Amino acid sequence: MEKALEISNLKKIYKGGLVALNGIDLNVNKGDFFALLGPNGAGKSTTIGIISSLVTKTSGHVKLLGIDIDKNHSLAKKKLGVVGQEVNFNQFEKVGNIVLNQAGYHGINMKKAKENTEHFMKRLDIWDRRDEVARTLSGGMKRRVMVAKALVNNPELLILDEPTAGVDIEFRRSLWEFLIDINKLGTTIILTTHYLEEAERLCKNIAIIDQGEIIENSGMQDLLSRLEAETFVLDLGSELRDIPQLDGFTFKQNNPKQLIVTIKKNQNLNSVFTELSNRQVKVVSMRNETGRLEELFLNLVETSGS
Amino acid sequence: MTTLEILIALRTIVRKEIQRFTRIWAQTLVPPAIMVVLYFIIFGTLIGSRVGQMGGFDYMQFMVPGLIMMSVINNSYSNVVSSFFGVKFQNSIEELLITGMPNYVILCGWVLGGLARGLIVGFMVTCVSLFFAELVVVNWLLTLLVVLLTSILFSLGGFLNALFAESFDDISIVPTFILTPLIYLGGVFYSINLLPDFWRNFSLVNPILYMVNAFREGVLGVSDLSSLGMSVSYAIYMILFFIIFLFSINLYFLNMGKGIRT
Repeated sequence: MEKALEISNLKKIYKGGLVALNGIDLNVNKGDFFALLGPNGAGKSTTIGIISSLVTKTSGHVKLLGIDIDKNHSLAKKKLGVVGQEVNFNQFEKVGNIVLNQAGYHGINMKKAKENTEHFMKRLDIWDRRDEVARTLSGGMKRRVMVAKALVNNPELLILDEPTAGVDIEFRRSLWEFLIDINKLGTTIILTTHYLEEAERLCKNIAIIDQGEIIENSGMQDLLSRLEAETFVLDLGSELRDIPQLDGFTFKQNNPKQLIVTIKKNQNLNSVFTELSNRQVKVVSMRNETGRLEELFLNLVETSGS
Repeated sequence: MTTLEILIALRTIVRKEIQRFTRIWAQTLVPPAIMVVLYFIIFGTLIGSRVGQMGGFDYMQFMVPGLIMMSVINNSYSNVVSSFFGVKFQNSIEELLITGMPNYVILCGWVLGGLARGLIVGFMVTCVSLFFAELVVVNWLLTLLVVLLTSILFSLGGFLNALFAESFDDISIVPTFILTPLIYLGGVFYSINLLPDFWRNFSLVNPILYMVNAFREGVLGVSDLSSLGMSVSYAIYMILFFIIFLFSINLYFLNMGKGIRT
């Protein structure tokens, strides 16, 4: 499988001796939608910083689409788009010029730069705001500008560092749809996020980094299948006064029209439904109590830290 | 990047820089013109009439090349230092670093931006000067060469200052405590032949003295250089040496990631 990103033995020790990355290895396949997760200070942003030349590595190798960033820095960067964690454009500039200039920095000629700018700004619903000064935009709109800026050179690899931090649900959902679309068109995406629901919903593969080391690197489904127990919330059509007693299940109630069921791996909910049906209680809806990935993430990070 | 892509990237930086200082013209272009008018009124008309001739010219005429150079130096320097520090401060330096743009393009882009502002301000000051003094340029080539090289030199100086600056204080220290005294003591308002021997000799270590006098030589055909036993070419070589030195040192620190990478 062709690799979009190959990281080998990557180390970063900051001045003062802080070891941000302790020789990590990481591969991301071309076309993947990859989640890079970890608690604050784990090394996610340092990794992205090194890939995008914002941070100088101490040692190790990074290849973007087979190109070593040390040997052919310029060619490697042509294929890369990065959405940083913080707003990183001149806020006194017009929105359209910010995106257009970014194309220029990549060496894209004016005609193509204008086409790309218009295309991505329209896709992200910010074309109508192109003549406005950036600082007048809301946080969500600024995020859209950053995404448009990162895409204006048609990158083959797009890295997003917490792109939905602090934005409203509407923008989050629309960005998810947009990212799924461009991933389907062939763009490899690496996403860091603190919203594990986001990673679970979007990403096919995942790596978890903690204290500068990769502590987990696998497929999302493989990882989720390791979950030992899962909790479901059942919304009921009528009140349930007596909590059922079934072997192997743990039940809880916050109110009479709701039942919280925890099941172990390899168990199913059929006997719960049968029991409720016998009592003439209908299940109106069902959902996970918490993100499955969140539980796994906490387990892994706690194990890594201990 | 191909040569064409590099040129497009360079043009983008220069265009952005020119748009930046023209957008805020009231802060960048108008004040130097007003300042020069005040200098002419106070030093030229009120005090200058008592000074009499200097170097064979009216004091107003003598002052003009110095004032033009002072404006070019100040504006080239301050354009680059404030703009590049602003880019660092706002993190928009990341826009450049994530591309494959070579570091020398970043450096040249900002220097050309500083040069553009220096030349525009120099032209405006020259136009304002024509209201107060008669000006016949003796050597156009020398005049343009000196103003061009000086503007490049101080743009490079501003860039170095911005690379090392970590706060807004850091970008005002050099202009306030180093650049301004050197300009005022660089023969803008007087001939150093008027100074006592000690201060005259002390002035010789001030590089701005040579730039101002080379420019005055180009405009008026007279300067302190000949009385110092130096030719204009000496001043040109000196400016070129400092340009090469500052360009190299800036590029070295850019490649090291000084002030722009962690």
